[in-house]
Amino acid sequence: MMPMWYLTRRSIANRGLTVVLTVVAVALAVAMLLGVERLRADARAGFAQTISGTDLVVGARSGPLQLLLYSVFHIGDATNNLSWNSVEAIAAHPQVDWLVPISLGDSHRGFRVVGTTQSYFERYRHGDDRELRFEDGKAFDDVFDAVVGAEVAERLGYSVGSSIVVAHGAGDVSFARHDDKPFTVVGVLARSGTPVDRSVFVSLEAIEAIHLDWAGGARMPGVDIPAEQVRRFDLAPKEVTAALVGLKSRVAVFRVQRFVNEWPDEPLTAVLPGATLQQLWGILGIAERAMLAVSAVVVLVGLAGLVAVVTASLGERRRELAILRAMGAAPRHVFALLALESLVIGVAGCVLGVMLVQLGAWLGGPWLEAHHGLVVSARWLSTTEWAMLGGVLVATLAASLIPALRAYRYSLADGMTIRI
Amino acid sequence: MTVPEPEAVVLEDVVFAWPGADVPCLEVASLRVAAGESVFLHGPSGSGKSTLLSLIGGVLSPRQGRVTVLGTDLTASRMRARDAFRADHIGFVFQLFNLVPYLSALDNIMLPCRFAPARAARIDGSPADEARRLAARLDLDDALLTRPAAQLSVGQQQRVAAARALIGRPGLIVADEPTSALDADRQQGFVDLLLGECAASGASLLFVSHDARLAAHFARHVALPDINRAGMRGGER
Repeated sequence: MMPMWYLTRRSIANRGLTVVLTVVAVALAVAMLLGVERLRADARAGFAQTISGTDLVVGARSGPLQLLLYSVFHIGDATNNLSWNSVEAIAAHPQVDWLVPISLGDSHRGFRVVGTTQSYFERYRHGDDRELRFEDGKAFDDVFDAVVGAEVAERLGYSVGSSIVVAHGAGDVSFARHDDKPFTVVGVLARSGTPVDRSVFVSLEAIEAIHLDWAGGARMPGVDIPAEQVRRFDLAPKEVTAALVGLKSRVAVFRVQRFVNEWPDEPLTAVLPGATLQQLWGILGIAERAMLAVSAVVVLVGLAGLVAVVTASLGERRRELAILRAMGAAPRHVFALLALESLVIGVAGCVLGVMLVQLGAWLGGPWLEAHHGLVVSARWLSTTEWAMLGGVLVATLAASLIPALRAYRYSLADGMTIRI
Repeated sequence: MTVPEPEAVVLEDVVFAWPGADVPCLEVASLRVAAGESVFLHGPSGSGKSTLLSLIGGVLSPRQGRVTVLGTDLTASRMRARDAFRADHIGFVFQLFNLVPYLSALDNIMLPCRFAPARAARIDGSPADEARRLAARLDLDDALLTRPAAQLSVGQQQRVAAARALIGRPGLIVADEPTSALDADRQQGFVDLLLGECAASGASLLFVSHDARLAAHFARHVALPDINRAGMRGGER
């Protein structure tokens, strides 16, 4: 088949523009397929890595998924809070090892403000039981101390000592700002690849303090409590949004869950983060499969284009095939010539597609992480991605047979007769 | 002890019909071309010239009869063997656009060597040197040889095709209307060139044309309608 390989190379070089366009079309299709798969896998990994070491998440009664999404992933808002009495009761349960309360509802320039206790920085784990680490400074101590996540610090240029103002509500642009009570950044967290990076942490007391002169989401008219006065008030939290709970033994998880769910004073929900994420995959799985199916169709369209281009060229190449036959080329040589051409174009498309994905992950990764909290790595292909690429190559091989078989039939029918 | 050279072409009682056709389009009782002989084969278009050449080239197989080329019975060979035989022993020149457009003139001349090891083996030295030598004999400037075939004039293309047919000294050269795209002055010159080169390499030449003016160059003329009985019968053209 060596003479055919030589002819294939020359033939492809001769039809440069058409070949380049076809390669690009296949490459874009392959890049889309692999890109969707990588986004899917990395998004999943990102979600699964966000929380570990927490046995239960407790909040006001709602859907388990909703509770997990707003408390841990900062997606959506809580519908209700749970009272401090309930928090203390749960914390006092004999099986409960630790409890970290979380109070949400305020924001700082689009980033969520999380009211919590210092134990958050000790107890929160992500990925493979990794702790949060301080890049600079330390945990909050005073009422108006704040700790910022890595992304917040980087985007807004904050460092230890910066002064920040917290806004009421979760919007990026808020008119209701707690500008009479500014905070001082005392700590900057190292990057973790979790929603923590995009959060501002203050104490529960701080959340109480900035809302002292507020009622029903607006400032109380005529009431203005200066920042230096707030320490005279009782800043003990009355209610929080959710609580992360760690147990002494994982065996007790269902017992404690039942204890919370049947709490008589107010309707509560306790969820297992891992099991609830499984529920999320169940819902997202349909969308993921739809995306992959669309990508697969795009690849088929790309390959159909490849077949169309090579087959269309056959019409004008019947003469060439007849010449080759006269020179002693067998029909199998003609078959090989056309199959090789399609295959070379298809494989080149696959290679370029992989390069596009890697380039895209490398260039677009930081942006995705900054704006969507999605950590997309420019890593080497995963097993699934290899399998997909293999599937595309098999499809390319099958596609290359179409023009090749046609040329084979032409060469049998035409022989050396040169048809114009 | 000289073994007599086998005849270049022998057709005996050959009947050919296209698949699915009831009536044969070619019926030749006998056609013989001796070794080293040059034959002018003429006939109007549609008289079965292309079919006859495809039979001699081993691309088509007759329904009946025998086609023997340079002592090899093609009708007894499988298609693969016929393809290999054609590559090794027959050089073709066609009417027009004979060349593979994306190869240089030089690569076109060497093309048969890529399919036929025996033809490459008959060359002393490298195929590229032989191709240059042939090109020079056919008045092709060395600078033309590196150009893509599509950039050459029609006359140059036909001479490249002739060099390609001659490379590796095949025993039989088949030229199918090779001059019809050339102007009148060039036609005569091309026929002389081809005859001269065939004589020099000892090849037989089967020259097919409908142009009777070229017949003068050849000692032997064969009119295809005279030997093809299929055309006489049934009154169909």
